[in-house]
Amino acid sequence: MSPLRRFLRTPEAIAGAVFLAALFAVALAAPLFFPGDPQAIAGPALLPPFQDWSLPLGTDRLGRDVLAELFHGARTSLAVGLAAAAAALAVGAVIGTLAGFAGGLVDEVLMRITDAFQTVPAFLLALAFVSIVGPSLGVVVVAIALGAWTGPARVARAEVLSIRERDFVAGARVIGMHPLEIAFREVLPNALPPVMALSSVIVAAAILTEAALSFLGLGDPNRVTWGGMIAEGRAVLRTAPFLSIIPGVALVLTVLGVYLAGEGVVETTAMRRSLS
Amino acid sequence: MTDPLLAVSGLTKRYSRSGKIIAAVDDVSFHIEPGETLALAGPSGSGKSTIARLVLRLIEADTGRIEFEGSDFLSLNGAALRGRRARLQMVFQDPLAALNPRATVARVLDDPLRIHHIASGPERPRRIAALLERVGLSSGLAGRAIHEISGGQRQRVAIARAIATKPSLVVLDEAVSALDVSVRAQILQLLLDLQREERIAYLFISHDLGVVRAIAHRVTILEAGRIAESGDARSVIDAPQSVIGKALVAAAPRLSRIERDVS
Repeated sequence: MSPLRRFLRTPEAIAGAVFLAALFAVALAAPLFFPGDPQAIAGPALLPPFQDWSLPLGTDRLGRDVLAELFHGARTSLAVGLAAAAAALAVGAVIGTLAGFAGGLVDEVLMRITDAFQTVPAFLLALAFVSIVGPSLGVVVVAIALGAWTGPARVARAEVLSIRERDFVAGARVIGMHPLEIAFREVLPNALPPVMALSSVIVAAAILTEAALSFLGLGDPNRVTWGGMIAEGRAVLRTAPFLSIIPGVALVLTVLGVYLAGEGVVETTAMRRSLS
Repeated sequence: MTDPLLAVSGLTKRYSRSGKIIAAVDDVSFHIEPGETLALAGPSGSGKSTIARLVLRLIEADTGRIEFEGSDFLSLNGAALRGRRARLQMVFQDPLAALNPRATVARVLDDPLRIHHIASGPERPRRIAALLERVGLSSGLAGRAIHEISGGQRQRVAIARAIATKPSLVVLDEAVSALDVSVRAQILQLLLDLQREERIAYLFISHDLGVVRAIAHRVTILEAGRIAESGDARSVIDAPQSVIGKALVAAAPRLSRIERDVS
């Protein structure tokens, strides 16, 4: 059975993939449906949902279109989540490979640095970094990646430690290949599958961290974010709870979708690996 | 008389296992002449594979000297060592483990040509095809993945990689042991042909004296990291002097059959 067919037989994986596909569609379609500035005033303030069909999800305290904000917020959440996870996986894989392959002093130094990053709570690290450097999309991505690369680094190192004893690595040395080329061209690609298996957890965590930073007012102020919307709605939580609930539900569905789809992919590829 | 191609003297490698120091290789000396095959035979655990890895500098010796092509091989490091490796190649026992599982045949053969600047980029596909034909494979195999070809084909690819840099010595670490009998005879024949035509010397490591008798000029029998006896392959195997030599000969009942397959 092909991995795709197996993937399609797992209901959770399909649900996750459907959520994710919808999210990508929303993120990509945002400038089409809502070409203007989502932060512009579109109607009366605090209009409840399902009253005016030109503003289906109502408006917030300043009269901004909640649906437009939701669509544009999906772009930020996805962009930050994917970019931060990609950065964390890349940095983690490279550092883990170097540590595992070089061994000795290099390994000690790199792993103690990893320990140091791991002992500081990831969110605190992100908070401190954004507070110092200042909020912008790029800084938020770096801040999240800063607390997320240690997991991939440890997994990559463990995998590299076993791969470097394999004969094909000895074979690469025998033909005179440079150690860095052996590490990154021969060893790293073979160490990637278990590292990539972490990606769904890391993307989901990155989306949540981004939302939390925005909630605390440390997101990019020029972009709509779901975390920022929740924070915005907090002031009127009693009179207009939908302002916090709608982006909250979007966040939950997104994280759930990323997680389920990611697990589905890992599950099906793991089966394929054990079969071959 | 010229210098030997490879002269190993006093080679020792110790490991400490749960506090006890065990000599995997203990004061081993041997030499190989150009174009000659020296077999290292012995039961498993006798240190023959460790010697192969020591000679190739995959692990470092505790003491001893290795002279290769008239210069001290153990003093080389970094780029000088990597450059020198072109002359000293190895074929492993299990070709599936010894070749990157994600690679294609073409990439496996491209690496040595590129690393040692043997052929320029555009010229390399032609060289790869020539290498494949040299080891009796179709050049159409170049685009295939390593896991798509048979065990015998893989070992031929491994041999093609080993001879790509025109080495003077190839270490064959149980290179035919994992192959089935008919494929084994073909690979041995290929090795003999390559040796005759390109004057490559072999350090042939095997536990199988039948194969050793068929391919080696001289044999050194090891036991527990030490040399038990050595001499002309046929005379040692026909009339072993050491206890371990006799035991190994007794364990190899099909000497004549393998020889017939090869010749």
